[in-house]
Amino acid sequence: MSARSEPGLRAPQSRTEPALLEPILSVQDLSVRISGLHILQGVSFTVAPTGVTVLLGRNGVGKTTTLRAIVGLTPPAGEVRGTIRMGAQSLLARPTHRLVRGGLGYVPEDRCVFAGLTVAENLRLAERRGSSPAYDKVFALFPELDRRGRQRAGSLSGGQQQMLAIGRVLLNGNRLLLVDEPTKGLAPKVVTEVAEVLERVAESVPVLLVEQNLAVVRRLARDAVVLAAGKVAWTGDAHELLLETALTKSLLGVGSAEGASPSARSELASPAVARKDQL
Amino acid sequence: MGTVILLALTGLGLAALYFLVASGLSLVFGLADVLNFAHGLFLGVGAYGTWWAAGNLPGAGPDGFGFVLAVAFGVAAGTLVAILVELVLIRPLYSRTIEQVLVTVGLSLAGVALLQATWGADARPFPRPDWTREVTGILGAQVPNGGLLLIIAAVLVLGAILAFLRWTRYGLVIRAGVENREMVTALGIDVRKAFTLVFAIGGAAAALAGALGGVYFGTVSPGQGGSLLIFAFIVVVIGGMGSVVGSAYAAVVVGLVQQFVNYYGTSGLGDICVVGLLAVVLLLRPQGIAGKVATA
Repeated sequence: MSARSEPGLRAPQSRTEPALLEPILSVQDLSVRISGLHILQGVSFTVAPTGVTVLLGRNGVGKTTTLRAIVGLTPPAGEVRGTIRMGAQSLLARPTHRLVRGGLGYVPEDRCVFAGLTVAENLRLAERRGSSPAYDKVFALFPELDRRGRQRAGSLSGGQQQMLAIGRVLLNGNRLLLVDEPTKGLAPKVVTEVAEVLERVAESVPVLLVEQNLAVVRRLARDAVVLAAGKVAWTGDAHELLLETALTKSLLGVGSAEGASPSARSELASPAVARKDQL
Repeated sequence: MGTVILLALTGLGLAALYFLVASGLSLVFGLADVLNFAHGLFLGVGAYGTWWAAGNLPGAGPDGFGFVLAVAFGVAAGTLVAILVELVLIRPLYSRTIEQVLVTVGLSLAGVALLQATWGADARPFPRPDWTREVTGILGAQVPNGGLLLIIAAVLVLGAILAFLRWTRYGLVIRAGVENREMVTALGIDVRKAFTLVFAIGGAAAALAGALGGVYFGTVSPGQGGSLLIFAFIVVVIGGMGSVVGSAYAAVVVGLVQQFVNYYGTSGLGDICVVGLLAVVLLLRPQGIAGKVATA
């Protein structure tokens, strides 16, 4: 995990998993400035080569900005500094399509399926020359996508669109998945389905997840990185974080006990709350 | 009755010309967010390329297969210029809108000046097959064959572009890119290759408009592209930025309105009506007829 932590905040050293493995992703001193706004101010953290690392923080703190900087989608008016490495490879200043071809899968906030294209066309777009797309795997995870191949993606429900957004990324092999608020705006039942899918996906590929729903975090995440005021405020074991009510209250604005209750869960998953986080 | 048919068909001929220019303009804007003011230059290159080839290229001429060859040469020249403009001037300036506008406006002025310096500012008689000067009787109207040729060409181009967009890999990339360019790159696709491609398609269509416009008007002059471009832009905005089918609908509306109002009202009133139509569409349906969907 990160070498940095803010003074006054405890970063637990105890780890339930061995931390000896090299991280798949390491972000060092990442600064992002977009049209005068200094959104990230020296963010450093690492992502373990297995399991789910969750990126947490209050709305507007720069979680999406962090993911977008990693995948090279900072807007042209923005300025990015620091180092981002996947394995031995430096990611900064490389075009997005190269990063993605190099094994960085990105599932964006708000799903971003192509509404005017059919489900099959959305998937076909992700196919790559020289590698055979893993349709078996994707349709095994999401049988719905197979059945609805000729339907326009824009007419799918929110949950189905999320499945499509994840499915098209899984057509190709990935070394790391970046997943931005996959449960945002979804009904509680669908949130559970998405969490189940991500749990299965994370068995084979490491995931850096941005998620507001603490019940989903509790279920999936092993490591947590908490952003506050453009910096890393806390890193460590996700379950330890959720047990510290005072800490979650001060960092996330929500008590972890509350976060696990059904009412708070559905509130977190509601679009009205989550939309404020868009950067 | 004959007059109405004649006006309708000549209006459609004009619409065909607008569509050929607007389709490329619309795709380029929809996919790459580039307002290409140099698009009229591609038309000029197509017109002068055809005119030059008919006089100088061995095998090419004003008639029969020679004319087809001359038009092919003009279209090839326009396509090549479009590709070069994208690669050399536009590509370094993506996402820098002001600079792009300045470069393309400058290029359109320089292009016209270059054509003038080379072949003079006066209109030149355009080489064209004899049958295009004749008329065909349709329901009592004597319709110029040049206009019918334009309509047929525009319908074929519309069909070809739609088939390309629907059934090819690059067409899929372009349709997706018009919706959300960033997400296309996030799927591992180099969307800039598609930018060059839409410039090439747009350049070819505009050059064809230049060649067939020359046949229709009977002359070619350096400023032709610029005056057509204004109406082509209006067609693009009314049709929906990025939509080829929207451009086709809008071109028909604009061509017919212009032709009918100019005939039954005062000459020039039709052009004003078109601008008024633009204002109404912008007020009531700012996304245009079709919205931002390439094939809708």
